[in-house]
Amino acid sequence: MTSTRQAPATTQAEAHVQAPAYSYPMPSYLKPRFRVEIEDRRCIRCQCCVEQCSFGALFFDQRRNEVGTVEQNCVACHRCVVFCPTQAISVLRHPVEYRENAHWRPEVIEDITRQAETGGVLLTGMGSDKGWTCYWDKLCLNASQVTNPSIDPLREPMELRTYLGSKPDRVELDPKSGGLRTRLAPQVMVETPILFSAMSYGAVSINVHEALARAAAMTGTLFNTGEGGLHPKLYSYGKNTIVQVASGRFGVHPEYLDVASIIEIKIGQGAKPGIGGHLPGEKVSDDVAFTRMIPSGTDALSPAPQHDIYSIEDLSQLIHALKEATNYTKPVSVKIAAVHNSAAIASGIARAGADIIALDGIRGSTGAAPKIIRDNLGIPIEMAIASADERLRKEGIRQRVSLIAAGGFRNSADVIKAIALGADAVYIGTAALIALGCTECQACYTGRCAWGLTTTDEKLTKRQNPDIAAQRLANLLEGWSHEMKEMLGAMGINALESLRGNRLHLRSVGLTQQEADVLGVLQAGA
Amino acid sequence: MQGQLNPDNRYGEPKVIDACSLFGVLDTTGRRFSGHGVFKAIANMHDRSNGLGGGFAVYGLYPDFADYYALHIMFMGPQARSETEAFLNVHFQVFHAEPVPVRAAAKVASPPEIWRYFVLPRRAESETLADDDLVIHRIMHVNTTIPSAFVFSSGKNMGVFKGVGFPEDVADYFRLDEYLGYLWTAHGRFPTNTPGWWGGAHPFNILDWTVVHNGELSSYGINRRHLEMFGYYCSLQTDTEVAAYAIDLLVRRHGLPVEVMAKVLAPPLWDEMEQLPPKERELLTTLRQVYGSLLLNGPFTIIVAHHGEMIGLTDRIRLRPLAAAVKGDMLYLSSEEAAIRLVCPQLDRVWKPRGGEPVIGRIGTPMALPSEGSVQNSKVVLR
Ligand code: SF4
Ligand code: SF4
Repeated sequence: MTSTRQAPATTQAEAHVQAPAYSYPMPSYLKPRFRVEIEDRRCIRCQCCVEQCSFGALFFDQRRNEVGTVEQNCVACHRCVVFCPTQAISVLRHPVEYRENAHWRPEVIEDITRQAETGGVLLTGMGSDKGWTCYWDKLCLNASQVTNPSIDPLREPMELRTYLGSKPDRVELDPKSGGLRTRLAPQVMVETPILFSAMSYGAVSINVHEALARAAAMTGTLFNTGEGGLHPKLYSYGKNTIVQVASGRFGVHPEYLDVASIIEIKIGQGAKPGIGGHLPGEKVSDDVAFTRMIPSGTDALSPAPQHDIYSIEDLSQLIHALKEATNYTKPVSVKIAAVHNSAAIASGIARAGADIIALDGIRGSTGAAPKIIRDNLGIPIEMAIASADERLRKEGIRQRVSLIAAGGFRNSADVIKAIALGADAVYIGTAALIALGCTECQACYTGRCAWGLTTTDEKLTKRQNPDIAAQRLANLLEGWSHEMKEMLGAMGINALESLRGNRLHLRSVGLTQQEADVLGVLQAGA
Repeated sequence: MQGQLNPDNRYGEPKVIDACSLFGVLDTTGRRFSGHGVFKAIANMHDRSNGLGGGFAVYGLYPDFADYYALHIMFMGPQARSETEAFLNVHFQVFHAEPVPVRAAAKVASPPEIWRYFVLPRRAESETLADDDLVIHRIMHVNTTIPSAFVFSSGKNMGVFKGVGFPEDVADYFRLDEYLGYLWTAHGRFPTNTPGWWGGAHPFNILDWTVVHNGELSSYGINRRHLEMFGYYCSLQTDTEVAAYAIDLLVRRHGLPVEVMAKVLAPPLWDEMEQLPPKERELLTTLRQVYGSLLLNGPFTIIVAHHGEMIGLTDRIRLRPLAAAVKGDMLYLSSEEAAIRLVCPQLDRVWKPRGGEPVIGRIGTPMALPSEGSVQNSKVVLR
């Protein structure tokens, strides 16, 4: 259904093919974005690159005995570059220059051109590339000098352990025995406050799902199934799993809920607030279909809203239905896109009985979304997390929920700044895929990911070896965790909870007073 | 924005930073004694302060007025006293008022006018708050709305004396040699980012709780935000203030025993908890999960006192010094062991408490000598 309305970004080349006389072919005016140069002196004609390119940008020209290119199809995934045994390949920006124009930038011209040729909604993958102000880059972290000592994480204990779940305001003891009277709502422990963000099986391959699950188990954290269910072969990683219940209810059944540590109701996603997940039928393989409990080859289209949630009290009912279904043994999270009034919504969600609130900012990623939605809807996660934390505190209910921030976390400094603003933990998705080879080519929506990530093509899927992929992901988390310990130690803090919401360790540079006020941080030097 | 109300923070810093000397002594029989030894001990740690603040808390101070709240108030402007007294007369029954006697020749810097009032709160028929809460509210009112008046002591049968100067000079100024008490704590201040202000010296007081503190909390920002959620307004912007409010919240409002409170402020490491028997582990884990925002992180030693009890505590990795000693019924706490030995050369036991392990002295409870396990560098002193 969608395929007729979608504008394929990579098939302009075919537009030049001679068409039957009754339908005059519309020539494409699009120019290639990239130039693939293969240095003849180095090329050994092994054709490895041709084999690796899943976008049809390379072919072997038998007559000339050389690799030929269809540059319109190149997305700059760098698969050929990495796999060329003689480093013969360069992928360059295509040297077609437009006359300078700050307003009618090449991208704008190309988008209009593409739509003029297809009449469709422009699709894209990954997070917004629009360069929204990144507030992480405008926040400096503190360090201890003289009046209190920094702590050396190589010699002293340094604790990142975090418990996700609702907490009461106080602990009550039995006055007679002195024993504990308070019984906490279910808490889930993570050894590092970095969780893998929702990526559904179908959007990503089974090997990626397995790698995420295994890496989460290796590092004591959690991965999120996304909205496509959980393949039974991964049930053994349940302790490290957050299962999603989204508007399509794909793959939701009692066992799915039972194996998980946390259940997450997906209301929205930072890359596409207000619209549901769309998995084109081409990606719905037999196994994906089985896991999602839908027929093979059919489009898996999640409705935009959850049709049983039109208001906050409906959400409350679903939260409690899920708790009831799992006997109140696990926290229920609600994930929303960071939008204009997400602080107020967060307060409503907390009062509706959620244990965890996940906020996903405008830089959040996706396997496929309308480009116009991805690039324009929502607000930066920095603002959303700061205002949600502050609002919950003002209302005296911050203890009731854990806050998870998501949407474009690039490194451990982004993570630690989010914690200082008030997040309990963060979700990373894009960074995890980059750890597995992703180059941010944004072609995920085509299902042809040359790195075997956002594809269900059997051959491409094999490009991710779960053993290696799990190790790469675990390495990334370990590296970031070590760096966070270094930064904590520099600030003279040896437990993450002492940084959480501790905005005095942040100072702003280059922000307006109003921006700094929303973030609740002081100007550097002030 | 910040610090408008706080003369101790005239550069408007997010908080006031200082380092310090601490001393405390308790007679567990409740016998009152003169503070001479305390002055000598704190003077011996002269180099740990820089003349920008010194102070004392004395318990069992006003036996003749034991049932009244003793308000010590400093006035820094001409109208301050009449304005404050007008407020006091409306909201309190004032049983006795007098200037706090001083020795004008003492070496202190520009002392304000200081009075003490023995009062009980007046209550409207409809008033539902307990006396203690009423008193707190009204003191907060004076401290935040009458700019040049500051209530710095408000407990019953106890009092805080503090000012800008070295602690021994502050003692001299307030003629503390003329008083008796069963529990004394003392503080010498070395502030780094304030020129010092009489109200900003320690001890910090709320009702009969006092805190003297040495250190700098890296967790101040979140400690403060957490306390704000429970209605505490941190007007002084000091670590001592958040420590005092945290203790008030945990002990007075949440009813936790002092030993448990200590485990909130300085919890064991998660790994250490895992070694403990299930019951203890569950209690400590729950405390840390719920009260993580009140963990006092970064270097600190505090001596907390209220009627009948004195508690010494350091941060969990012990980045500030604390020595404890017992001699008969007396418990001594001090930044430096030498200060204790100066005033009591023959001790039953001197030890360095482990990080996060509270030392607690209680009236009517003879001092138990610490077990080997909870002591660092312990040395038994033979008489
Ligand atoms: S699409 Fe990827 S593999 Fe194909 S030519 Fe371009 S960079 Fe190379
Ligand atoms: S996941 Fe694959 S298709 Fe998507 S941006 Fe990364 S490399 Fe490109």
